[in-house]
Amino acid sequence: MKTLIAARMERCIGCQSCSLACARLVHGRLSWHTAGIRIGSSGGISTGFEARVCLACDPPPCAAACPTGALTPRKSDGGVKQDKKLCIRCGACAEACPVGAIVRDETGAPYVCIHCGRCVPFCPHDCLELGEKDGLRPGQEVAE
Amino acid sequence: MSNVIRDFFRVQIVDLAARKTRVENIPGRAQWLGGSGLAALLFERHGDPGAAWDDPGQPLIFAIGTLTGFFPLMSKTVCGFLSPYHGQYAESHAGGRSALALRFADLDALVIIGRAARPCVLSVGSRHMEIRDAPFLWGKDVFTTGKMLRHMLPGSGHRSILRIGPAGENGSAYACINVDTYRHFGRLGAGAVMGAKNLKAVAVLGDASFPLPAGKDYANAFKEIHGLVTETSMMSKYHDLGTAGNVAALNELKSLPWRNLQATTDAGIDGISGEKFADDMLLRNAACSGCPVGCIHIGYLREKFMADHRFLYRQVAYDYEPIFSLGSMLGLTDGAKVLGLMDAVEREGLDCMSAGVALAWATEAMEKGLVTPEQTLADLRFGSAEGYAVAIRHLGAGANEFYRLLASGTLKAAGRYGGEDFACVLGQEMAGYATGETFFVSEALSFRHSHLDSGAYSADQKPQDKDAAKVVASFVKDEASRCVLTSMVGCLFARGVYTPERLAQALNSLGYADVAGNLGQAGEGVQRLRWRLRLRSGYDPEHARIPKRYSEIATWKGPIDADYMEELRRAYAARILELGAE
Repeated sequence: MKTLIAARMERCIGCQSCSLACARLVHGRLSWHTAGIRIGSSGGISTGFEARVCLACDPPPCAAACPTGALTPRKSDGGVKQDKKLCIRCGACAEACPVGAIVRDETGAPYVCIHCGRCVPFCPHDCLELGEKDGLRPGQEVAE
Repeated sequence: MSNVIRDFFRVQIVDLAARKTRVENIPGRAQWLGGSGLAALLFERHGDPGAAWDDPGQPLIFAIGTLTGFFPLMSKTVCGFLSPYHGQYAESHAGGRSALALRFADLDALVIIGRAARPCVLSVGSRHMEIRDAPFLWGKDVFTTGKMLRHMLPGSGHRSILRIGPAGENGSAYACINVDTYRHFGRLGAGAVMGAKNLKAVAVLGDASFPLPAGKDYANAFKEIHGLVTETSMMSKYHDLGTAGNVAALNELKSLPWRNLQATTDAGIDGISGEKFADDMLLRNAACSGCPVGCIHIGYLREKFMADHRFLYRQVAYDYEPIFSLGSMLGLTDGAKVLGLMDAVEREGLDCMSAGVALAWATEAMEKGLVTPEQTLADLRFGSAEGYAVAIRHLGAGANEFYRLLASGTLKAAGRYGGEDFACVLGQEMAGYATGETFFVSEALSFRHSHLDSGAYSADQKPQDKDAAKVVASFVKDEASRCVLTSMVGCLFARGVYTPERLAQALNSLGYADVAGNLGQAGEGVQRLRWRLRLRSGYDPEHARIPKRYSEIATWKGPIDADYMEELRRAYAARILELGAE
């Protein structure tokens, strides 16, 4: 299955268009936080930016921790699918994520990347990529 | 969860003296729009135009607009305050993360009143208000303050940090508020207002989220506007060379001020052109939150500080205005040296334009023997960066009487030492456009004393007939339309995208039909209220003067026509008095 990877974050300018697009298009919300991908500096804006996004663990520890089946492993290539109706907002998934990729809103509802790729076209510097997991490697920058 | 689409303004008022806050819902969105309009409305409610700028009761206002966060480039915040520069109502604008942070803190505006008993830091969010004593930050420069605050405050990545440097603490009339390291509420001294409140920094935590309207209207409007800002050439000049691309163009047009406006063009331009910066010094770009353009250009400066190849590096945001004010205006033709001065100005928390223009005056005053090395404490010579680096530190510190006067405005220093004729002041230290009579009158008299109050500098670049009434009418019309955009609050770089029709489409898509239907009238209403506040706080446009230096220069059109400039000045002053009539 296709997987989202923040492949070229050296190019990121911190506009947060990806987070806003995820919130808007996937979750129907205005937010830069309750989204499957979130952007922060690496330690101050002078240090460049990092993406907090699901790394598509296989098997995913968040799904293992989920007591209700709201998060279940995708068919292949890691990552999870989400059934919001089953979620009891316990937060076990966010605690289980080893890289802090799951965020919860003020009601406790979790937000995790579902690897749909709808954020990708909103990145002005082509930092993000959706493709087959084996073919995606954060590689050396090649000058155009 | 609250719905952020609402016909009232949600405003948080923080009293630093009482260490308490309250939230008020204020009606009037269709009339005042947000941003410039909301800031003016709040100043009218909370400010005292007759009292001093540093009276503890005076408000410091940060306002966003109806479209903030909903559409690309709706990414600016308007700061409203009583200016230490002229004691009158003023606005300054900045981006960074400030606008989206306020949106996601669920605030249309933040109003700060009172003076804290001790130096402090204010932190607000959608569910949070805290005032922390921070005497240990007092005296710290902008960079050190930023590094410390990052560890002290919550919400990395989804917050905005506004902070001041020594200049703000010391009451400089052109102390800026630094926003998220690379942006600023630069002009007219908002940093000193924070300093007078014992307020070293404000952090805004954007920790709420909101439902979006159902249906296709919003999605379609977003798609169309996003397409215009990313897929067409409308915005490309801002992310390519950026505003710095104008440096060589204005030099070619004989419109770039050099050496305190003793010349308008110079052969040394190649060392400080936008092309030179991009080719040799541009490290990377950055963006305001919610803006895919990424116009922020960050230069790279490598400095050897010790033998045995010991280096440090600095990252310095550059733009047209700092290249003019700390480059050509000071006679510098080496871009790296200009970056070094920008870094020094940033550290002190000074407005780069006022600082550079003030030092250009000081240099000419020194050349003419009006001020002495004992006063300047540095060897100020056009083209020599070393003396300016020393002077910038003294300016931030207010090191002696000379620097304290200079930090309160070039004309204040010139009033004491002489040299008013060559003080490059148009309401405040000039912006970098020696384009001609239209711009000089516009900046000298207009509300923000900014090149962004009207399109005067571009009008000067085209052939025009000298019809003062027509030009004044264009100033007024242009200002009203910009009042609409700065009330939304959109970046003025996007004014080609956000036509009145497209603004109405965006507003309608969110369900703001009443706002969309009232834009023209609201813009004029905001314009008039701003002028009323300005006049109430003491502005007399009839006495606004244009120093002699501006009639001594030549542009691409030839010598300045001083008689026409005076006619235009009188006509605009009279119109401002009408606009601001009670």
